[in-house]
Amino acid sequence: MQSTQTSVSAQPPRSQFRFTSQARAAWLFMLPSLTILAFFIVLPIFQAAWMALHDWTLADLNPTFIGLKNFADLFKDDRFWNALQNTLVYTIGVVPGQIILALVFALILNARLKGRTVFRGIYFLPVLVSFAVEAIVWRFLLDPDIGYIGYYSSVLGLPRIEWLRSPDWAMTAVILISIWRWFGFNLVILLAGLQGISESYYEAAEVDGANEVQKFRFITLPLLRPSLLFALINAVISALQAFDQIYVLTRGGPMFSTETVVVYVYREGFINFDMGYASTAALVLFGIIFVITLGQLRILRYQESF
Amino acid sequence: MSVQVTSGAVSPAGKQNPKRKRFMGSRISPPVQLLLYLLLVSVAVVVGMPFLIMLLTSFKFPTDIISYPPRFLPTQWTVTNYQLVWTQLPFAMLVRNSLVYSFSITLISLFFDSMCAYALARLNFRGRNVVFLAILATMMVPVQVTLVPLFFNLFELGWINTFQGLIVPRLTSAFGIFLLRQFFISLPRDFEDAARIDGASEFRIYWQIVLPLSGPAIATLFVFHFMYNWNDFLWPLIVTTTANMRTLPTGLALFMGEHNIEYGTLMAGATIAALPLIIAFLFAQRYFVAGIALTGIKE
Repeated sequence: MQSTQTSVSAQPPRSQFRFTSQARAAWLFMLPSLTILAFFIVLPIFQAAWMALHDWTLADLNPTFIGLKNFADLFKDDRFWNALQNTLVYTIGVVPGQIILALVFALILNARLKGRTVFRGIYFLPVLVSFAVEAIVWRFLLDPDIGYIGYYSSVLGLPRIEWLRSPDWAMTAVILISIWRWFGFNLVILLAGLQGISESYYEAAEVDGANEVQKFRFITLPLLRPSLLFALINAVISALQAFDQIYVLTRGGPMFSTETVVVYVYREGFINFDMGYASTAALVLFGIIFVITLGQLRILRYQESF
Repeated sequence: MSVQVTSGAVSPAGKQNPKRKRFMGSRISPPVQLLLYLLLVSVAVVVGMPFLIMLLTSFKFPTDIISYPPRFLPTQWTVTNYQLVWTQLPFAMLVRNSLVYSFSITLISLFFDSMCAYALARLNFRGRNVVFLAILATMMVPVQVTLVPLFFNLFELGWINTFQGLIVPRLTSAFGIFLLRQFFISLPRDFEDAARIDGASEFRIYWQIVLPLSGPAIATLFVFHFMYNWNDFLWPLIVTTTANMRTLPTGLALFMGEHNIEYGTLMAGATIAALPLIIAFLFAQRYFVAGIALTGIKE
């Protein structure tokens, strides 16, 4: 395109024709994707906002405008606060665990020991399989009567806990299983980051007499920053949206002890068919995710200046 | 934000000497190596054990499964669970639905994503940046926000419990468009300019020049889409309400909740659901790893 603009001899009508034909081609190329995005993502976002302002159930399909009443009701709803609290507990339990484990094992695998591809493959195994299917296997392992975990805890002299049936322990079980599932994903991201760090930095640091801690603190950590930041933000976002594993393991029970916000949205929207109310809860979750993600970016950027 | 799909973000050695075992630049002494191996192996056991037990249980008779203390290996191996799963569940339907659902979304979405990415990367038109930014913005919205309105729209269209309801809303992905656009931008323009001078149509340039040069990026996105949709749970759970339209993860999980079903049958079903991706991973580990490493550019 630049050539037609710069060459003096080019006939203006022709170049104009070429431009429009390219523009037309471009819109045709984008037509399928843009249509789908418009109808199935952009439109529903506006609908969700509209629904949140209405009292609307599938049983009574005449939406009545109620302003912000859904929001007011939501903030008075103990079950919503319980779900929000569970979501935060889950996030705080799952995120540091999986990131720290992933970092430690990425560092070990980066040492180029023999068989590292095999270990990486095994650690990645849970990421490959549907979390819903894995939750089925975990329910079998945690079965109070015939489960392996109950038996081996008693063999090791540990107290027998009815993990998924106990309101005190169900969340812990869900968190541990989620760490098991996601740590390999973060490991692959961090390993890719580590492999981008040139060994010459470490060699230079050794010449200057740096010890292991200093090397980690002043070389590995700063250079791994982009990967760590991504892994962290991604882990937080997916933890705040936790659904599959919880739905299959506990359905949010026992006694709502593992009901997260998305499980709550699912129950309100697709079991009670209270669509205005469910949309409200989903939008509030979106707001929370947005604020937390921005907050993380802010705080972690801020520290960069040190 | 350059996308390096070709170099396989996690190629083992890089430019450095592959033989040296070093931990953050330091040599590792044999005792420390032994310790590291112990650590690696014990975590590998914890991570892999549930899959091993799933596999072994699928070959056990019920008496072995409910024996207490649990028996690790079957006393007698059997494949009856793999026969029963087809009769106790509408398993053939689940497999069919999963195949149709995952393959059609993956293939059509690759086509649409790459066409859109081609326009954004290679064609000049007004509003290109606006379109690109709008597509990026849709990536920020969590799916949960759109679920309720989407369900309602599909309900109005009569698309609940249909393949079009499951598939059509997923036929493009903002992430896929973004990924391919970044890749297309990095390709050399020489061939394409020559073809344009020769009067080749834009579609021909896209189909015969740009796509063949993009093998690794397309393969990575293929793996990415397939893994996501084969394993997806929430979307099929919402769009389907009858057992005959469910996919493998949703169908199996709901059967576990609703019926007092034999664990052996369930483990056979779970093994069949897990197998395609594990096998694909063994052959194309590189693309899986590159795909995950690439998700890093989402931010």
